[in-house]
Amino acid sequence: MSHHIIEFKDVSFVYPDGTEALKDVSFRVVHGEAVAIVGPNGAGKTTLLMLMNGLILPTSGEVLVGEVPVTKKTLPEIRRKVGVVMQNPDDQLFMPTVGEDVAFGPINMGLPEEMVIERVDEALKKVGCLHLKDRPPHRLSGGQKKAVAIAGVLAMKPDILVMDEPSAGLDPRARKALINLLKTFHHSKIIASHDLDLVLELCPRCIVLNSGQVLADGKARDLLLDEKLIDRAGLELPLCVQNSGTQT
Amino acid sequence: MEIANSFFNLGYLDSLSYKKSFIHRLDPRIKTIVTLTFVVTVVSFPQKELSGLLSFFIYPVFIIALAEIPLGFILKKLVIVSPFVLMVAIFNPFLDKTPVMELYGITITTGWISFLSIIVKFILTISAALLLIATTSFVGICEGLSRMRVPEVFVVQLMLLYRYIFVLVEEALRMVRARDSRSFGKKGRGIKTFINLAGILLVRTIHRADRIYSAMLSRGYSGTIPQKRTHRIRTKEVFYLIIWVGLFILFRKYNLSLAIGQLF
Ligand SMILES: Nc1ncnc2c1ncn2[C@@H]1O[C@H](COP(=O)(O)OP(=O)(O)OP(=O)(O)O)[C@@H](O)[C@H]1O
Ligand SMILES: [Mg+2]
Repeated sequence: MSHHIIEFKDVSFVYPDGTEALKDVSFRVVHGEAVAIVGPNGAGKTTLLMLMNGLILPTSGEVLVGEVPVTKKTLPEIRRKVGVVMQNPDDQLFMPTVGEDVAFGPINMGLPEEMVIERVDEALKKVGCLHLKDRPPHRLSGGQKKAVAIAGVLAMKPDILVMDEPSAGLDPRARKALINLLKTFHHSKIIASHDLDLVLELCPRCIVLNSGQVLADGKARDLLLDEKLIDRAGLELPLCVQNSGTQT
Repeated sequence: MEIANSFFNLGYLDSLSYKKSFIHRLDPRIKTIVTLTFVVTVVSFPQKELSGLLSFFIYPVFIIALAEIPLGFILKKLVIVSPFVLMVAIFNPFLDKTPVMELYGITITTGWISFLSIIVKFILTISAALLLIATTSFVGICEGLSRMRVPEVFVVQLMLLYRYIFVLVEEALRMVRARDSRSFGKKGRGIKTFINLAGILLVRTIHRADRIYSAMLSRGYSGTIPQKRTHRIRTKEVFYLIIWVGLFILFRKYNLSLAIGQLF
């Protein structure tokens, strides 16, 4: 199943204003893997994710999705394979109703109408929001918006699911529900997050990013519990470790 | 939502449009055409005509009753816009002092009649427009427009405007609150901060537009936004249209309120 692979080869990215957001980033995510990207604000996580589906193209280096390089020509194919859930759901829900929004992707993929409806219902059911189908997005709570944004991407049945800060702004129960939902997605997952506890629960592997460079890449259990590394990356230990630390 | 509410009362108008009455369920195109004919016939009345206009009140009353729109809400909106109309109409009585009749010793001039005529026309047209919006969801209006062959660019613009005006108003109000909470009742040091705030809001909006466009691309956007096509005009609705248009023309041609008045 080679099409669930994402590979970065010496990727650098410089924003038009000269900000060097990524420097020589290389890694490879294979089929079915769940990988977390962690790092402090401004580390380059969002930039990295935008490179994965060609919203921006590398200044130098190459991004491969299932052996296909991400270029202007391959964009439609790439975007069908890589589903990206953005940091702020308000940016992602642009259609007038929830149902239409979730249908946006499948319709653009050229699916026939019955299949679009089926996909929409299936995706909304999965995130527990089927009852919100006819609501306009501005009448949803933050957690509901997030769930619907995820449904919009799930409805496209991507091979690789990419998420930016999935748990930001969710209450504990919504966060728990999200974690359980993501556990059911068995394709490759790439999750950028500050929520190291969520990372520990979902992602066996973790890439630590700091000022645009890969600081470490390895088992999440090892990296996130390594006090020195975490400190060097400008992060804080996961709460579950902090708590057990104070108890002993 | 509560913030947007206090500002434009948009939220309330919006929530009215999600009710499910007979009027709400009518095809948006039918409602738009009826409203347009209503407005055109009302406006086409000569300036010195007053009594003929009165029959037209039947339409807003009908809609308010059937669609269960709170009368108070419409009245409040009318009061809010009324100063502008008064400004336009107020000169008529002074400019035109030709007497038409005498009522209980007071001379009524043509000026006063045309003054009242403008006010009545204003009440009728504004309330008809408000009632259209209050009984048709915005999605419906967009769908109607696109099916009446309004170019897609405009429809999509409207759609996005509707979607993001709520987000934008909230963002602006958050910024104003942040300013007020740090300026200790001094209105945040006047116009300078205000200009700064407006600038920041503009930049944020541009960035947001960028991100929305990214999100659209991520989901395969290639230049067209799929429009919903749920409504189909039923024969019942065609009758609704014919009856109203017929009535409006009738009201326009024959002064029914005067005729009824003379019967008694
Ligand atoms: N549109 C842009 N133009 C110029 N510079 C940018 C732009 N977007 C991001 N940057 C810069 O690129 C760097 C990486 O930003 P990025 O958004 O990828 O960080 P991040 O890890 O997602 O941060 P956060 O945790 O706050 O979301 C930052 O220094 C940021 O200031
Ligand atoms: Mg980010």
